[in-house]
Amino acid sequence: MTWVSFFQQIMNGVSLGSLYALLAIGYTLVYGILGFINFAHGDVFMLGAYFSFFMIGVFLLPWWLGVIIGVALCAIVGMSIERIAYRPLRDAPRISALITAVGVSFFIENLGLVTVGARPKGFPRPELMKNVYILAGARIQGVTFWVPIISVSVLLVLLYLVYRTKMGMAMRAVSKDMETTRLMGVDIDRIILYTFALGSALAGIGGVLWACKYPQINPLMGTFPGWKAFTAAVVGGIGNVVGAMVGGFIIGLTEIMIVAFFPGLSGYRDAFVFTILIIFLLVKPSGILGETLKEKV
Amino acid sequence: MVILWQVFTKILERGILELRRLISLFTVFLLVLSFSGIVLAQETVKIGANLEITGGVAAYGQMIWEGVNIAKEVVGDEVLGKKVELVLVDNKSDRVESANAATRLIDYEKVVVMVGPAISGSMLAVGPICEEKQIPVISASATSPLVTQGKKFVFRACFRDDDQAKAAAQFARSELQAQTAAILSDIAQDYCVALGNFFKDAFIEKGGQVVSEQNCRSGDQDFSAQLTTIINANPDVIYVPNYYTETALICQQARDLGYEGMILGADGADAPELVSIGGDSVEGVYFTAHADTTQAITEIGQKFFDLYREKHGREPSAFEALGGDSYVIILDAIKRAGELDPVKIRDAMEDTENLEVITGVATIVDGDNKKPIVVKRVENGVFKFVTTIEY
Repeated sequence: MTWVSFFQQIMNGVSLGSLYALLAIGYTLVYGILGFINFAHGDVFMLGAYFSFFMIGVFLLPWWLGVIIGVALCAIVGMSIERIAYRPLRDAPRISALITAVGVSFFIENLGLVTVGARPKGFPRPELMKNVYILAGARIQGVTFWVPIISVSVLLVLLYLVYRTKMGMAMRAVSKDMETTRLMGVDIDRIILYTFALGSALAGIGGVLWACKYPQINPLMGTFPGWKAFTAAVVGGIGNVVGAMVGGFIIGLTEIMIVAFFPGLSGYRDAFVFTILIIFLLVKPSGILGETLKEKV
Repeated sequence: MVILWQVFTKILERGILELRRLISLFTVFLLVLSFSGIVLAQETVKIGANLEITGGVAAYGQMIWEGVNIAKEVVGDEVLGKKVELVLVDNKSDRVESANAATRLIDYEKVVVMVGPAISGSMLAVGPICEEKQIPVISASATSPLVTQGKKFVFRACFRDDDQAKAAAQFARSELQAQTAAILSDIAQDYCVALGNFFKDAFIEKGGQVVSEQNCRSGDQDFSAQLTTIINANPDVIYVPNYYTETALICQQARDLGYEGMILGADGADAPELVSIGGDSVEGVYFTAHADTTQAITEIGQKFFDLYREKHGREPSAFEALGGDSYVIILDAIKRAGELDPVKIRDAMEDTENLEVITGVATIVDGDNKKPIVVKRVENGVFKFVTTIEY
């Protein structure tokens, strides 16, 4: 392997990893506040791509406006999921909420299959994302530059929201102790709704960027990226936003490097990712940057 | 106020009464409908369709289903004086689901013959079931040689992969003048693995050199690692014997990574999705295909293509035509069998000789239909016929 091709592989890994990172932030955000895994996250991700696709392709809106509306619709969907599916189970055992999340995920996927059909559609990519840049011999897609920039800005915005605003303070309080926060007169339902809106908007942005990199959208496109982002969130330390980014890059680079150095094993790249998940759950369930929590499961 | 209230309750009562009458009427209607359904069922010839309506290769299943239905309009929906009834079950592009669908069609729906899954992996799962229950099954497009090997009740309307890969290697060597080739095939699909291996052997036999062999899996979206390695080996042509979604994404990423050489695909690429996903990056891609659907060779082919264009306003693809072929072959076999006995239908199907179908002439030998292989090329987003390879 030459240096140029090695560098190219690193860039391939960074590019894939930053997408996982963006998705993982959404998982970790909801987990951090509510302590449960929103398995429908990957499907909201799919909806983000579809909403934008329809806004741009059917309603012929300019690209940026279509994406903004698509992401906003995702936030609304996220809030509806919370209101309809999760809120009635707020006081039920964790496992019920988890099963409901899987149910919501299947519901969205199959609703997609029935309404838009199973045949994949091509996603319209703007020139900005499509252009290829050459850096030290490696060829890099425009979207590869944008994803880390967007991920980091999203991260900064999130950190600001969580640590510098009233709403963020309430969110942190809810994550520490929901009952006491309620006693202090905070409208918990509103805080949780807000969390879901944020998380789902992130999923929507992730969906659009994913579709820019791999311009193929279908109702089941969210499943695997969703699971891998979940793995990334666990590896980085679930509940920790910076950890999610670190985890995303680790997963992305691992995947690419396995295929690059062991071509014979490329069929097992997903298996490797999930082996990492199992190892982390066994050895260090709190992840790389996560703090050990006593109560949460 | 009281009067108003009384009027209101009166209306409400009436409403409820009306509703009751409506419900009872509806029940009677449902009963009649179900009885008539039973009566109808006794008079029809049930043909099963075990197809990919959802899942990874939904395009094939949907195209074949459309083809079967259009052929039904073209060649008629009556055989042995009975109406043909098509029963569709979605196999979700999945092996296990395909086997379940076959069992359901045979045991519950009592079909006498079945149009099988489009892809080889699923067809391999369906074959043993049909063998055991002695129900003939014909796949429109399962090309793996293993599909029909050693089986009495399994048929196909298309060519075989060993022939297809040889034709591709021959085309790459003599027409594209390729000295070196790389292969990127999907190891989760029997079809792709077999094609990759056959191509490798044939390409080396014809004096070429295979410089890199890489694998991916169905559902993968990122191929940048494999393609970087391939581009590093600098082949004249990349052989991509995969299904349309993967092929389109591979072409797009290969071009983004700076590959400027030729790309050669197989019949799995022959779906409109190749262009809708791949866009500019699939321009100039060659692939081997089942039929040139812009020109009909037979009379029913002409009718089929005309009806298709009229209905959809675009050119039919090879999969629709092959779906039509399967229907024509089945109908002809039932006609010659003279009765609805699956074993007799199977014997008649095996005896199919010089039957005019949608894509040309069908002659079945050992379950296979030997047909010429066509090469197509993507030009301005449309599949253009390049040449026919006889073997």
